[in-house]
Amino acid sequence: MTTVDAGTAARAGTTRPGGLGGDAPRPDGGPKVRGEFAFSNDLWAHDMVWGATLRSPHASARIRAIDVSAAVALPGVRAVLTADDVPGSRYYGLEHRDQPVFAWEVVRYAGEPVAAVAADHPETARRALAAIVVDYELLTPVCDPEAALTGPDLHPDGNTFRRLLVNKGDRTARGPVVVEGTYELGMQDQAFLGPEAGLASPGDDGGIDLVVSTQWLHNDRDQIAECLGLAPDKVRLTLGGVGGAFGGREDVSLQVHASLLAQRVGRPVKMVYSREESFLGHVHRHPGRLWMRHSADHDGTIVSYEARIVLDGGAYRSSSYHVVANAACFSAGPYNTPNAVVEGLGVRTNNPPCGAMRGFGAVQVCFAHEAQMDRLADACGIDRVELRLRNAMAPGDTLLTGQVIDGALPVAEVIRAAAALPMPGPAPADPMARPGGAGRTTDGPDVVRGVGFAVGFKNLMYAEGYDDDSHGACRLERGVVTVTCAAAEVGQGFVTLCQQIGREVLGVADVVVAPADTAIGSAGSTSASRQTWMSGGAVEKACRSVRAQVVAHVAAATGAAAADLDLVDGHVVAVSGPVAVSIDLAELTAERSFTDSVRFQHRTTSPLDADGQGDAHVSFACAAHRAVVDVDPELGLVRVVQVATAQDVGRVLNPTAALGQIEGGIAQGVGLAVMEELLLSDGRPRNPSFTDYLIPTSLDVPEVVVDWVEVPEPDAPFGAKGIGEPPVISSTPAVVAAIRAATGKPLVRVPVRPGDIVGL
Amino acid sequence: MDVLLPTTIDEVVTARAERPEAMLLAGGTDLMVAVNAGLRAVPSVVALRAVDDLRAWARQGDEVVVGAGVTYRRLLGPELAALVPGLAEAARTVGSPQIRSVGTLGGNLGTASPAGDALPVLVALGATVELAGPDGARSLPLTAFVTGPKRTALGAAEVVTAVRVPVASGAQQYRKVGVRNAMVIAVASVALVVDTAHRRIGVGLGSVGPVPLPAPEASAFAAEAVDWSTGSLVELSAARRFGELVAAATSPIDDHRSTAAYRRLAVAVLAERCLRTACAAPRAPGEVAA
Amino acid sequence: MSDPYVLTVNGAERRVDDAWLGESLLYVLRERLGLPGSKTGCEQGECGSCSVAVDGELVCACLVLAASAVGTTITTVEGLQPERGDFTDVQRAFVDEGAVQCGFCTPGLVMAVHDLLDRTPEPSDLDIREAISGNLCRCTGYGRVVAAVEAAVAVRRGVAASGVAP
Repeated sequence: MTTVDAGTAARAGTTRPGGLGGDAPRPDGGPKVRGEFAFSNDLWAHDMVWGATLRSPHASARIRAIDVSAAVALPGVRAVLTADDVPGSRYYGLEHRDQPVFAWEVVRYAGEPVAAVAADHPETARRALAAIVVDYELLTPVCDPEAALTGPDLHPDGNTFRRLLVNKGDRTARGPVVVEGTYELGMQDQAFLGPEAGLASPGDDGGIDLVVSTQWLHNDRDQIAECLGLAPDKVRLTLGGVGGAFGGREDVSLQVHASLLAQRVGRPVKMVYSREESFLGHVHRHPGRLWMRHSADHDGTIVSYEARIVLDGGAYRSSSYHVVANAACFSAGPYNTPNAVVEGLGVRTNNPPCGAMRGFGAVQVCFAHEAQMDRLADACGIDRVELRLRNAMAPGDTLLTGQVIDGALPVAEVIRAAAALPMPGPAPADPMARPGGAGRTTDGPDVVRGVGFAVGFKNLMYAEGYDDDSHGACRLERGVVTVTCAAAEVGQGFVTLCQQIGREVLGVADVVVAPADTAIGSAGSTSASRQTWMSGGAVEKACRSVRAQVVAHVAAATGAAAADLDLVDGHVVAVSGPVAVSIDLAELTAERSFTDSVRFQHRTTSPLDADGQGDAHVSFACAAHRAVVDVDPELGLVRVVQVATAQDVGRVLNPTAALGQIEGGIAQGVGLAVMEELLLSDGRPRNPSFTDYLIPTSLDVPEVVVDWVEVPEPDAPFGAKGIGEPPVISSTPAVVAAIRAATGKPLVRVPVRPGDIVGL
Repeated sequence: MDVLLPTTIDEVVTARAERPEAMLLAGGTDLMVAVNAGLRAVPSVVALRAVDDLRAWARQGDEVVVGAGVTYRRLLGPELAALVPGLAEAARTVGSPQIRSVGTLGGNLGTASPAGDALPVLVALGATVELAGPDGARSLPLTAFVTGPKRTALGAAEVVTAVRVPVASGAQQYRKVGVRNAMVIAVASVALVVDTAHRRIGVGLGSVGPVPLPAPEASAFAAEAVDWSTGSLVELSAARRFGELVAAATSPIDDHRSTAAYRRLAVAVLAERCLRTACAAPRAPGEVAA
Repeated sequence: MSDPYVLTVNGAERRVDDAWLGESLLYVLRERLGLPGSKTGCEQGECGSCSVAVDGELVCACLVLAASAVGTTITTVEGLQPERGDFTDVQRAFVDEGAVQCGFCTPGLVMAVHDLLDRTPEPSDLDIREAISGNLCRCTGYGRVVAAVEAAVAVRRGVAASGVAP
């Protein structure tokens, strides 16, 4: 039901079949629709055994003793491991090693691993876990971040993951119109469909071979090697089929446990999380409490902005440090804000650890700043879209961090484009199409419609001076291009992009994407909207090098000028000049190959100083969303009817794939707006299942209407920006604004529950 | 044999008597969730899917006898839906197509969850549950069969064979609130049955008490509020009062799915709408009576 | 351990030895019969990733006790028969319309869509959405999935009109 702006097809032309800018099918599409694609929980090895993890049921406790003897004695049990069995470092962590492989002495969250077993059958493993006796002394969990900030340390590293101050301009400046609010977000989960899984096998050299679903092979490898006490090159990772990620696979889950078990048992160990364990075993989106105060002139021009952003990082650091940075740096939204005082805090508690999820940091602040923009517009008596246009940033303007936007950032353009998209018609008469859907709760006259608008932005790629890179390799042989890169394909379509790049640069139809593994250099993480730029850039660079070699070779052989040669339809041809050339690439490369392996980097960034100032970011992307909802105000039920969006994409590389990213991101934004929350009770998740952690079904997602705003990013390969994150950032506030419009309720917390709408 | 596949009700009863430890397996949509989670051991199984008599339904005069093995999907079939539209409405709200393919009316009774979608309709219909056991057949009113949350009066060697309900003689509705537009467990639900033959309004409520609840005062009030010569409410405003009386009949709890206060409010609103739609002359364009 | 039993899967009789009685059909398909196309997403019948047909009814294989499925006819995604080439029309439409991202939900969705089109050859948008509402997808937001169903319907309509497969 998606309508694409009619201009898209014309803009998204490609010059080569299956190249950049046009639709190209996924290379893994066929195997996936036939059920032949091997996800990491489909793996099987001769002689393999099953691993399982024992987790603490308590959010805060001291471990007095662990008795594994009954588990060890069970027939079919091959190994039982606790912290004492970790040969290397007992800690791991994505950015900072503060999380125990297995808890000893103390557990800091409900779900923390305490032991692991390997057994012949998953049921035997489950019984072995039940036979392990852990003597816990229960402590009172600290679940409120404010209490943790002033309370005793929950960890030797203390309770503050980061306190980031961003001060810009004159902190005393004030405009005559002031709006203020406090906003909250619950804990969202990535809820990818394919639970964590991996198969670890002991290598002949004493190393480990691990096939696993992850977002960053090399980072996992380094953490595993440290914990196993092995050199990194003894730990070899291959990407198993990944059933979605959305940030939830950036942190290590079972990687270290499976490897330790395989090392101990001497046989392949398969570990697969159940859905419940998946909820317990990966990080979540940070819940937050955000206070904001804006002041403006009567005409709506923003004068000052103050904020305090408190994000609950849970028990371990994960990516909290950088989530705080994104939250603070982008907390004012894509609006010119001359004077600002922002405090961003990431806090350790006894809640489940929080880390990366699509749009991290920006999602939380966007919900708040967009509510503020609506309040400001209302206070000034200005149309809400107009107020946003009046304050919209543009290239040449400065961020809260003082950084001048020197690339593309078409904020006003996305606002205008989204506002101009067609509105939906009236809902069909079928109750299935109304709020309440299949529950048939709602009759036509019970429905009120509302419209909301929101704009968001965030940075692309890593920041604050991080020395980011990616590696790519290209080989042209027998007329076939083989591209190699360790970038994790998690569903987003990087493998398709690799083929498109190969075809575009080398004019060859047949492009093979080699499996991603640690035999090549790191590609960095599939996160932060960075792989199209970084690993796409690496692959393009490698392909261009091969192209240059081919051209040089043919030029030398034929006497044609290199500048006159092109690679088209599997041939090297002279497109100009006096020498006629047409050489079949398959013949040229039948006996010899052309190959290169390259490293790609983006421009450098700087750390933030004590006032949160600095050129910390590489690039930015924005989007605007307009949501239309039907609400049943008496029952507090919502049907999101339509989300219209215009997104700053740089350049569309594959229209259908781009549309899929946008529709999928909006579905997650809708989920956060109206249903998704991992509920906690004294730190314990109350709904770790798909029965009770509800994600949108096909009857919950809206019609999506998309317009691309294509302003090429000067620094980016192909001019393209990462497109995965903006759809989740401002879709949530747009939906909530629409519900506010329909109901008149303040709705300062997401997800909006029926009780919030009916006023209970 | 670990799995017995009896083909007659007598065989089921014999198997139950001989294998008291055996799990009774209908559609499996509740039981297998517990088995998969390691919460239920499986010593042996009496599977009901091959018992043709359980899968049959028949009209007997003014009543319909629906076999315990009739699936939600078959409750949605046009013939049965015409006779007992309320059960069809409830069936359509159950889970997903995959669940409705195999989930059965008898399974809903055996599980006896306060949120079981068929149960409020059966309460509103005044259904009778038919059981077979070693001592012969017996029947119980639904409200006597369900004794508590996930507890029933089913004897150790007994099996639910069928449900006996009246043929519809008026509008029937089922409305269910969840926090998602499909595939959701009821936060609160209301079944309403208009029985013009007996000038009675039946009410059944789900997820607002330990068992599916009737609302006798509300039922009596509604019966008085309807002009039975036309089948419509004398005063449309009576629907609101009816909702209040329905809410007063509940004893909901706070849990991770909702709050007691919201559940009370939701059943009041749903009940009001059910009565308004089932017994109101003015109907919005496009609205179809159930 | 349960007694050995035989399941009829994708037209073949498959003997299951040494199984634990509580194993679901999904587990047996994946771990004992070498048919991992049905995916394990929740083991609660909530995600639909394990959808298979048992005696022509679309079910979640995770909610079927394998040993009780003796005597039924089971069809998994591996058993779908392409009309021609490598794909069924539904599978082809999923690939062409961009309905596949991570692909974990895809086999279950393909099974659900075949079930829908077998019963309802000309589904409305709401029919499609209701039919796939038991198949959770976290990547696509369902937009391209619905587009794929519509494309498959259009192809079948064309085939019916012309009598020739495209």
